Parts: sequence; structure tokens; C-alpha cells
Amino acid sequence: METMIEVQDLTKYYGATCAVHRLNFEVAAGEIVGFLGPNGAGKTTTLKIMAGYLPPTSGMVRINGYDCVAQSLEVRSSLGYLPENVAIYPDLTVTQFLRFAARAKGVEAKAEKAEIDRVMADCGLEEVRNTLTASLSKGFRQRLGLAQALLKLPPLLILDEPTIGLDPSQIVEIRQLIKDLAGDHTVMLSTHILPEVSQICQRVIIINRGQIVASDTVENLSRQVGRGDRILMLVKGPEDQVAAALRTAPGVAQVSGQGEGKFLVETGNGLDLRPQLARLVVEKGWDLLELKSQEFTLEEVFLDLVTEEEPEEES
Amino acid sequence: MNLSGCAALVRKELTIYFATPIFYIMGFFFLLLSGYFFYTNLVYYSMLSIQIAQQAAQNPQLQAQLNAQEMVFRPLFQVLAVVLLLVVPLLTMRLLAEEKRSGTAELLFTYPLTDWSVILGKFLSALTVYVVLLAFTAIYAIATGFLTSVDWGALLTSYLGMILLGGSLLSLGLFASSLTENQIIAAVMGFSLLLLLWIIGLAQMLGTGPWAKVFQAVSIMDHYDNFTRGVIDTRDLVYHVSFIFFFLFLTKRILESRRWRA
Repeated sequence: METMIEVQDLTKYYGATCAVHRLNFEVAAGEIVGFLGPNGAGKTTTLKIMAGYLPPTSGMVRINGYDCVAQSLEVRSSLGYLPENVAIYPDLTVTQFLRFAARAKGVEAKAEKAEIDRVMADCGLEEVRNTLTASLSKGFRQRLGLAQALLKLPPLLILDEPTIGLDPSQIVEIRQLIKDLAGDHTVMLSTHILPEVSQICQRVIIINRGQIVASDTVENLSRQVGRGDRILMLVKGPEDQVAAALRTAPGVAQVSGQGEGKFLVETGNGLDLRPQLARLVVEKGWDLLELKSQEFTLEEVFLDLVTEEEPEEES
Repeated sequence: MNLSGCAALVRKELTIYFATPIFYIMGFFFLLLSGYFFYTNLVYYSMLSIQIAQQAAQNPQLQAQLNAQEMVFRPLFQVLAVVLLLVVPLLTMRLLAEEKRSGTAELLFTYPLTDWSVILGKFLSALTVYVVLLAFTAIYAIATGFLTSVDWGALLTSYLGMILLGGSLLSLGLFASSLTENQIIAAVMGFSLLLLLWIIGLAQMLGTGPWAKVFQAVSIMDHYDNFTRGVIDTRDLVYHVSFIFFFLFLTKRILESRRWRA
């Protein structure tokens, strides 16, 4: 598959502070990739470099085959960018601003109106089309930022926290809009809302302190990070005896009682102990009400990777 | 260069200029001052005309020299050139500094616009606003035309001089705006640089010798004066066009520097 984003040894210093250190990754055309990391990890800096706004200190970024520094204009023609803090000229109305953005992006005069109407409809901006952007709420401003990024449907969309400040129904709509873009368009989005990544993104890149700590699908990451499988059990029986019996079962690493007969059983790597545990409970004469395998959530993956990194960094 | 992008930028800038109070406040004071100077020049000219007409028999040469261009418009345009020192920094201070301060630069500079498109868009919009302000002063010329004979050729040449001088000063103001994120600092820098240019023109009067010649050659007011007399000198045209290009070029270098100041 064709490569849309190619990042090689990307490093960025602000004075003596290193924001991004030797970052390497690739994104294929048509992929939706989530870019995660704690505050100050270097996400926004990386996205700004990709968008052609900041120069890298060293390393190379190629977008759609063009170099971000040497072929900045071609790179900027290939992308739509939603910055982290959407700043829009306060003295322009929504339509005036979108008209400017459309022409600046090279939308033909005769296609301009249809293009503006399309992005306004997609982002729910029709009701504020003649409102000054200074009077827009944060949610509408965010939608306007997204609308300008969608103008001319560029092959790559770089979205820095696209759903921040939106109301729940709008979040669902915007997520669906981003999902619909997959295939024809590549989307790189950074966010703090982890379920959003699980819902929208095919792949996740997690960075911490300017370096990549993981890059894979959410499912694979859950598997890699989990020290084994987790099994949630609901057993009707004396809780202390049930817990003790489960702990003694071969292959069980840890059992934690969660009250009301719920137990979370962590097992060793790659072992599916569900049949043995079910038999054990039945043999003891207790009632097994529920038994299911539980994957690690992205929050747990994220926390695991980010906190695991810190002792290594310090050492 | 992306011409449609440049035109879009001009349209955006003009919308902002005409939507903000600064244009109207500045326009009011510019026209108040120019109106005042025009009126006093005209009254003085008419008084002098009456006096000289009474002595016409004794001094026919003096009456021949007395005309509206020399007595009304030339002094008016000379004073307006000084007023421009105050007006231009106010017109240009916002252009690039505000984009950087408010964060809109992040969008502007990630659109597929060349640096020249951005700079020319900004410059042409400021020049358009300035020409609109200047166009209001045409009322004085039309009014004078009803009262006395006006040398329209000389007058149009004066306007050409005003536009070239304005263009030069605006290019310098735009350069000042590219150096900072703060509009006030941009205005103060712009004003200081313009004042320096004006002072250089005065310095050549104080001395003789080679330095006086150098000061004269670079003095912006010296290259404006001929226009107010109704004279178009190629040297003056070249001076102003080079001046504008030089400062727009410096502005471009400043914008470019964000790409290599890694």
C-alpha cells in the first residue's frame, strides 16, 4: 500500500529542550491513525512539523511523497490541518472565513459555494453561517476549524484533538464523519479521549517524552501489554473460599474480589483457563453465574506503556 | 505565486480593515488634518491673490507665479507626507504581528500560499486602504477647480508621488510588523524607522560634502518633493519601486526564517 506519511529520525528542539527525539513511523494511505501521549509528549510538535508550520531540527518528514521542508508548498496542498487551539479571525463571519480558506486552498471560484455548503453541512455550521467568528461558542469554533480542514477534501487530514469542546451528539457525528473518510483519505488525529481512538482508529501510535513507545492496532496492544488474559467471574458462594480456591488453581497469577460475587482472575501469558475455572467452581458446588474473558482497555494499555517508560528514562 | 490565494488574502484583509474601528478613527483624523491644512492654505492663497491682484500693475511677474498647485497643493502634500509618518504604522502594525499573536498564523502558514502571496496580499490590502483614504482628499481638488484654475497634470503627479511614498512607507511598516508578535511594538518600530528616514532627509541640509550627498540620495522626502512640483523624475520612480521591493524582500526573508530557525 502507498505510504502517505513517512517520518524518519525526526528530532525537534526548542532551545535546549528536546520535544521530539528521533521519531520514526509510517502511515499508509487510507489509514486512520490515533496519536496518543501524555501532555508534553511531543504530539502537537510532531503534527505541526507534518503540517509544514514548524521546521524539524533534524530528520525528515515526507507527506504524499513530498519533503516537508524542501517541498513545503506541495505538502501544504496535500493536507487539511486542524490546529490544537483553533484561532480564527474574529472580524470575519463564518462564511467569509470559509470563503477565504477555500480560495487560499485553491478551490475554483465556481466550485467555491458548493464546497463551502458541503463542509458547513458536514460540520453543522449552517445556523451560524452569518455569525462573526468572535461570537461563536467553543464547540462551533472547533467545528469551523474542522470545516476549513475538510475544504477541498485533501488526501491527508491532520487533526489535533478534533472533538474537544463538542457536545456528545456532535462528537458522535464528527467521529462518524472521520470514519467515513477512511479509505479515500488518510487521517492522523491526536486526542486525549482514549475510547475515541478505540472507536475510530485502525492503528495507534503512542509517544512519551518525544519517543514512540508503541505502534500497533488497539487489539494487538491490549494483548501485548496484558501480562496474560483476564477473566471476569460471577460466582454464588462464600467469597473468601471462592477466592482462595481460584488462587490455588494452576496458571492463575492473581485474583481480586470485586464484591457481590465478582472476581477478576489474571492468568499467565497466553493461557485460557476458562474451562478449568468453570469446572473448579462447579466441582466445589458453587453456582457459576457468569464467566467472560476481559481485554485490557486502551486506558490501561496507555498507562502501562507510559508509566513503564518512566523508570527506564530515569535510569 | 498563487494569484487567487493572494486575491483571497487581499479580500480578507480589506474585510478586516473595514470591520475594525481603527480605519474609521484614523480616517477621521487624517481627513480632519488634511482638511484643516487645505483650508488654511486655500484661505492664505486667496488673501494673497487679492493682495497681488491689487498690486498687479506694479508686479506682473509675481502674479504669474501665483498658482493653486504651488500655493495650496504643494504645501498640503508636503504636510501630508509628515502625517503619513503617524498614519502608516497604524495601518501596518496589525498585518503580520496580529497573525502571530492570535495564532491565526498557524492556519495561514499551513495553507498552500507562497510567502510572496502572503506578503503581496498584505501589502496590497494596506495600499488599497491608504488609496481609499487618499481618494477622499480629491474633494479638495474638485472644490478648488470650481474656484480657480488647477494644473491637473501637476496635481495627478502629486497624487502619484503620494501613492509611491505611501507604498514605500507601508512596505517598511509591514517589515516592522513581521519582526514582532506585538502590535504596539510593531507600530513603535515602524514609526521610529519612518522618523529615522525623515531625519536623514533633514541631516543633509546641515552639512556639505560627500555625506550630504549620500543623505540626499537615500532621503525619502527628497525623492518625493519633485512629484509635488509636478515633475516625474525616473530616479524618483526607481527609488520608490526599489524601496518597496527591498522592504518586501526583507519581510519575505523574515517569514522564511521561521523555516530554517529550527
